[in-house]
Amino acid sequence: MLQRMTPSDAQNSLDRVIDIKGVSLTFETNDGPVHALAGINLDITQGEFVSLIGPSGCGKTTLLRVIADLERPTTGTITVNGVSPREALLNRSYGYVFQAAALYPWRTIAKNVALPLEIMGLDRAEREARVKRNLELVDLGDFAQKFPWQLSGGMQQRASIARALAVEPGMLLMDEPFGALDEIVRDHLNEQLLKLCDKTNKTVVFVTHSIPEAVFLSTKIVVMSARPGQIHDIIESELPRDRTLDVRETPEFLDIAHRVRQGLREGHSYDA
Amino acid sequence: MTPRVDLQKFLARAGPVVVVVLAIFTLWYIAAVLLNAPAQRDAYARAKVVDYSTGQLIADTTSQRRPVLPAPHQVVEEIYKTTVLKKVTSKRSLIHHSWVTLSSTMLGFLLGTALGTLLAVAIVHNRTLDKSMMPWVIASQTIPILAIAPLIIVVLNAIGIQGLLPKAFISMYLSFFPVTVGMVKGLRSPEIIHLDLMRTYSASPWDVFWKLRWPSSVPYLFTSMKVAIAISLVGAIVSELPTGAVAGLGARLLAGSYYGQTIQIWSALVMAALLAAILVTLVGVANKAVLRRMGMAST
Amino acid sequence: MTLTLRSVLAVAALVGALGGFIVPIEIGGADTDRVMIWPHGALLVFAGLAVLTAMAAISDRLRGPLLLAALFLVAHFGAYALISSLGDEAGKRGPGFWSLVVAAWALAWLVADRVAAIESRDRLKQRLLAIAIPALFGMWILILWEIIVRGFDIPAVLLPPPSAIGARIATSVPTLWADFQQTILKAVLIGYILGCGAGLVVAILIDRSSFLQRGLLPIGNLVSALPIVGVAPIMVMWFGFDWPSKAAVVIIMTFFPMLVNTMAGLASASAMQRDLMKTYAASYWQTLFKLRLPEALPFIFNALKINSTLALIGAIVAEFFGTPIVGMGFRISTEVGRMNIDMVWAEIAMAAVAGSLFYGAIALTERVFTFWHPSIRGS
Repeated sequence: MLQRMTPSDAQNSLDRVIDIKGVSLTFETNDGPVHALAGINLDITQGEFVSLIGPSGCGKTTLLRVIADLERPTTGTITVNGVSPREALLNRSYGYVFQAAALYPWRTIAKNVALPLEIMGLDRAEREARVKRNLELVDLGDFAQKFPWQLSGGMQQRASIARALAVEPGMLLMDEPFGALDEIVRDHLNEQLLKLCDKTNKTVVFVTHSIPEAVFLSTKIVVMSARPGQIHDIIESELPRDRTLDVRETPEFLDIAHRVRQGLREGHSYDA
Repeated sequence: MTPRVDLQKFLARAGPVVVVVLAIFTLWYIAAVLLNAPAQRDAYARAKVVDYSTGQLIADTTSQRRPVLPAPHQVVEEIYKTTVLKKVTSKRSLIHHSWVTLSSTMLGFLLGTALGTLLAVAIVHNRTLDKSMMPWVIASQTIPILAIAPLIIVVLNAIGIQGLLPKAFISMYLSFFPVTVGMVKGLRSPEIIHLDLMRTYSASPWDVFWKLRWPSSVPYLFTSMKVAIAISLVGAIVSELPTGAVAGLGARLLAGSYYGQTIQIWSALVMAALLAAILVTLVGVANKAVLRRMGMAST
Repeated sequence: MTLTLRSVLAVAALVGALGGFIVPIEIGGADTDRVMIWPHGALLVFAGLAVLTAMAAISDRLRGPLLLAALFLVAHFGAYALISSLGDEAGKRGPGFWSLVVAAWALAWLVADRVAAIESRDRLKQRLLAIAIPALFGMWILILWEIIVRGFDIPAVLLPPPSAIGARIATSVPTLWADFQQTILKAVLIGYILGCGAGLVVAILIDRSSFLQRGLLPIGNLVSALPIVGVAPIMVMWFGFDWPSKAAVVIIMTFFPMLVNTMAGLASASAMQRDLMKTYAASYWQTLFKLRLPEALPFIFNALKINSTLALIGAIVAEFFGTPIVGMGFRISTEVGRMNIDMVWAEIAMAAVAGSLFYGAIALTERVFTFWHPSIRGS
């Protein structure tokens, strides 16, 4: 493969953080095979905010898990930062945020954020510095010594984002991180997340089933359809990067939202 | 397709168990040979047998009359001899002894379950009882109740109560605690929302009990009954120890230990284990049947 | 006034106290056959006070705390008066005496009922109440036990009064201490530590083999329900009369509950939390120590609690099969044979205290280590 690369390709592949070619994934179950993903092709470049949106069962979470090496594709190739997902995992090139905060109740917030750093074998001073920095980044500096169960759901999820950031990865993989929160908290966290990405220039892959959330956050929206899970449409967003919540009332925003909704509807009609 | 999948599932579940059981039996045989070998070598020395083969040693160590550890087949043989070959009425019939133990287990278990349930109902419906008694019920579980067994037997004997009742009394005493604790939990298991629903119907406490609390406590009742019946059996066996070893599996254990009859001890032990397994399984089967009829069957 | 438990109790106290005035307290003295109506001034005072407080409770005139204090004082003064009236060479208790017992008991129950109804937001007060009510209950069990045993002249061979048991404990401290050392400090503690430790270690060792787990879990569950204490005679044969055979029984009894619970605990970490550790490229041992063992702690402590009772039972019962001439089980079985029932009760009391302390220590440790668990942080 390397031999066939032209210099410009090589340049592209440096920018290209995630490169997915013809990935399919089939689960064998008692009721026969389930085609979770079929023929997925997707490129993600440095600094992009990519949302995966689609009905439940469309494989958006599975696709994220394939990128994170939590699942192995049945066929196709995928590279993350130019290497296999396994190597990318071992290089700690991403932070993963789950649907729930999944904080350990027996550790304080600071200790929770330090968990991946302990596993990486960082020394104490470095751990403390990173914990402090990242907790302040998500506005939880004052809550470092609290236990997770003493915090609200939104604060817990912010702590889990700080935990993902503490690894200092180039990339964040987020699986419906705000799905369990109420709309007001969710709006607030969306805004904060956007600011944070601007500040740190991270690449984000974000799974959601909320159209406004996807449009508000993303530079690229990947609309998926179910059975088999495949990409139905990829929409590039032209909205300015430094957006605020007000952007949601602009015609441009509504236009993109409309296209996403259209795509979801078409994807759905394949079923019928 | 489905039956084949079921068979596969069954094999996947039973396979490891069978292998582990086989491993246990193998270890048992090896341990029997090793533990009984010294005595056997002594016996050879006394009989001036010098040139015995390993095979002979193994055969002899697994067929001693009073081995340190009897081999499984000796235990099975003894059980066969004392169940199938002996008349049930015989003093040496293991069925007779098992029946003695089983009857006091069952009587104690039934009394204990009834008493435990009643106590739980009282505790759930009376705040004072709850606050004053529940800590003692829990604390009583931390006390080695079985230590009282000989006392109760002797004292009840002294006032003329003999035979089945004192033993059943100990089984009852042991089995009612888990039932009380489990049933208190069970009767309190309905969620606030369900209780509130009953309140919107202005249901009487009687209705709340029979239509909500009792049905939701049934799974808890069966879980506690499994514990209760197992501990009931332990109570019955232990309470047979200080009665002078007349009848019952506990009496067989004690008699066996007096006369060094290891095979007899092991056969009583295996019988007790079988009894426990059967009783717990029966409660489990009843549990499934009842829950299915109530529409709460869990797979 | 509606018919509540409280009003029934108040009326019972009133009727009981009035009964003390009307029917004879004692029938037949030590030297005469005369009917004694008022042999004890203290009982007369109690009967009078009981009538007053019962009336106050019925009419609800006094303020809550004041009434509560009055009920408490009168009930316990009654208990004192009733017990001390048993002290001399008195004749048989008459119906008046039992009538007063009922009155005192009803008053005490009223106290418990009122205290149980107190709602408090203060944590310290909640704690105190949670101790006070069962303490009151326990004390009245002892009071009634004392009164009934001595009042009905129940022979000490059947059931000695608590005071006799207390006296026995006070006079046989050296014997009790020796038995405690032999049974608790040697057999129970050593067997418990080895049995629980072995269960924990084996559960971790077979953690990586799902085959062994699937094979051992059903067997472990079954064995946990078996009357394992039956191996006691075998262990006594193998390891002799002294404490090692008892420790062996304890090891076997405590091993399986720990094995089964630890296995369940290690399996209890959620898929999401395991995935999280995977995204950190955590090793097996890192996942075990940072996630799965902490997650298993509530299960492990559950086994430790179950085993604390099992260990005591195992050691005591194993002593029924033969011991050197020391140990709690030995003492219980020999003193029962000699009809020294008060000594048996002294051993039982010690077993109860030792068992509760053992359990309490584990429960306290549990609170320290699993402070984060919903079942603990809620309370």
